[in-house]
Amino acid sequence: MNGVLTIYRKEMEDHFSSMRFLLITMLIFMVGVIIASLSGMSVRDELKGMAKPDFIFLLLFTSTGKLFSFVQFIGFFGPLIGIILGFDAINRERSGRTLSKLVAQPIYRDAIINGKFLAGVTMITILMVSLILIIAGLGIRLIGVVPGADEIWRLLIYLVLSILYISFWLGVAILFSVVFRSTATSALAALALWIGLSFFVGLGGSLLADAISPIKDTADIAEAQEAFIKNANVQRVASLISPATLYGDATSTILDPLRKTPRSFILMGPLERLSLSRFQNPLPLSQSIVIVMPFMVSLVSITFLFFAICYAVFMRQEIRST
Amino acid sequence: MEAKTVIQLENLTKRYGRQAAVSNLNLEVKEGEIFGFLGPNGAGKTTTMLMILGLTEPTSGKVRVFDLNPTREGMKVKQMIGYLPENVGFYDDMDARGNLRYIARLNGIPDNISDGRIESLLNDMDLAKEADKKVGGYSKGMKQRLGIAEVLLKEPKIAFLDEPTIGLDPDGTNKMLDLIRSLSRERKMTIFFSSHLLDQVQRISDRVGIMIAGNLVAAGPLAELAERGLGLKEGESYTLEEIYMKYFKEA
Ligand SMILES: Nc1ncnc2c1ncn2[C@@H]1O[C@H](COP(=O)(O)OP(=O)(O)O)[C@@H](O)[C@H]1O
Ligand SMILES: [Mg+2]
Repeated sequence: MNGVLTIYRKEMEDHFSSMRFLLITMLIFMVGVIIASLSGMSVRDELKGMAKPDFIFLLLFTSTGKLFSFVQFIGFFGPLIGIILGFDAINRERSGRTLSKLVAQPIYRDAIINGKFLAGVTMITILMVSLILIIAGLGIRLIGVVPGADEIWRLLIYLVLSILYISFWLGVAILFSVVFRSTATSALAALALWIGLSFFVGLGGSLLADAISPIKDTADIAEAQEAFIKNANVQRVASLISPATLYGDATSTILDPLRKTPRSFILMGPLERLSLSRFQNPLPLSQSIVIVMPFMVSLVSITFLFFAICYAVFMRQEIRST
Repeated sequence: MEAKTVIQLENLTKRYGRQAAVSNLNLEVKEGEIFGFLGPNGAGKTTTMLMILGLTEPTSGKVRVFDLNPTREGMKVKQMIGYLPENVGFYDDMDARGNLRYIARLNGIPDNISDGRIESLLNDMDLAKEADKKVGGYSKGMKQRLGIAEVLLKEPKIAFLDEPTIGLDPDGTNKMLDLIRSLSRERKMTIFFSSHLLDQVQRISDRVGIMIAGNLVAAGPLAELAERGLGLKEGESYTLEEIYMKYFKEA
């Protein structure tokens, strides 16, 4: 316990005095605030003279405005925060020749990883909480509405999801910093995984789906339909392995109460889509949580899996100062 | 009374793939002595130390430190020993006090106790004047003395110093050797240090072990080794090469 706490304290001091963290914070704040203001202004213009619909406050985060939405922005660039906070956690100490004396102190080796991870998670939390508070304040001024209790809960769950998701990437980055001796290599490996999961998981999923259950080109409509659905299901399951997909589905469910299923719109018929967005009441908060829970559990499990690998590798590693 | 054995190695072997870095090492170190571990680069000195410290697992054989197994009871062992790695590094953007404080906290020493120890160690190591400067700007000699201070901070029973004089100029080397001797005499500490330079080991060690290519070819007081027909005379200095030549001729 003493070890984790000591390492946590030192890492926090390092983060706060690091130029790198200052730069990423400024960048994320700047872009985040600009995006949210653009969304806010477009929402305000569109709704001029109309009765204010439900959940207008959440539109500040989800409406695409002129560019893309804040939620999309964090979904895409959030991983970068985790990577920047963790990619050199262990190999920096290795190349600075401090790791060998660190592991010779009477602390458990996992305390080193845990302390660094917890410090990173704290930084992520500080960053996300202050960002959302700033945007919420901005939104109240721009649109002139105060969020309801329901909306605040949804934002809180979104916050927790985002912290979990970015922490997953922090864990990945720390694992790479254990495995790779060079900080450049671990940064590149983490970036490659980030790009791979962001862009190519969908592609890989569809390739897999086509291999397992190809879409049939037969005259029999029922058979073709069945094959199509099976193909879509395989694609869906494959993409669930990707934390990016998990996070994306979970956030859109929680921030968009009109959505009742994490299934993408493509899979629904046009009538279903219409009725969903027009004629039904929004999903109650409790139901949204029920839908989101499995995603959260999967996200945490995948993070733990990465951690288990990280411990296993680090515990057995021989650490020399030369 | 016979001094107590604090380090005991039996048939200790470490292999990397097919190459044996250390093979069948048998060695005992007694409480309070300065043991000089002599051997050229790549002889297996660091590997042996890592095994004694529990930082790498032996392929076979037995290690006991105060009758504890470092692989299994690493925490207890690490509480009692200090380790100065070869070419040790520091947190360059912190000052000497910051570095020492961090090590003290990792050892569970509360700040109110470490405060005093840090100041007196900075004095002892002749670093008091530069204590507020960032360690990144320290000379090699200052860094090495700071490294010793980090080892002493926890008041260990045994200090492992891996090549403590490497990279030091002659003056720095002399000071370091005097320091090591005074640690043993004044603090009654057992010292296990490695070097590839015979004259240094010769000057301060109570006993030496000579390692060549993973094999301990001789161990004992230097005078005794000389008597065993090595033709080494006390007061004369020999290059390591001369010793190797004698051993290889024998073998
Ligand atoms: N991780 C490793 N993998 C393979 N060989 C190693 C490894 N570490 C050390 N060695 C080899 O083990 C031998 C002993 O090394 P070392 O104990 O560092 O010697 P010394 O400290 O006496 O200079 C050397 O031949 C070295 O190349
Ligand atoms: Mg060595």
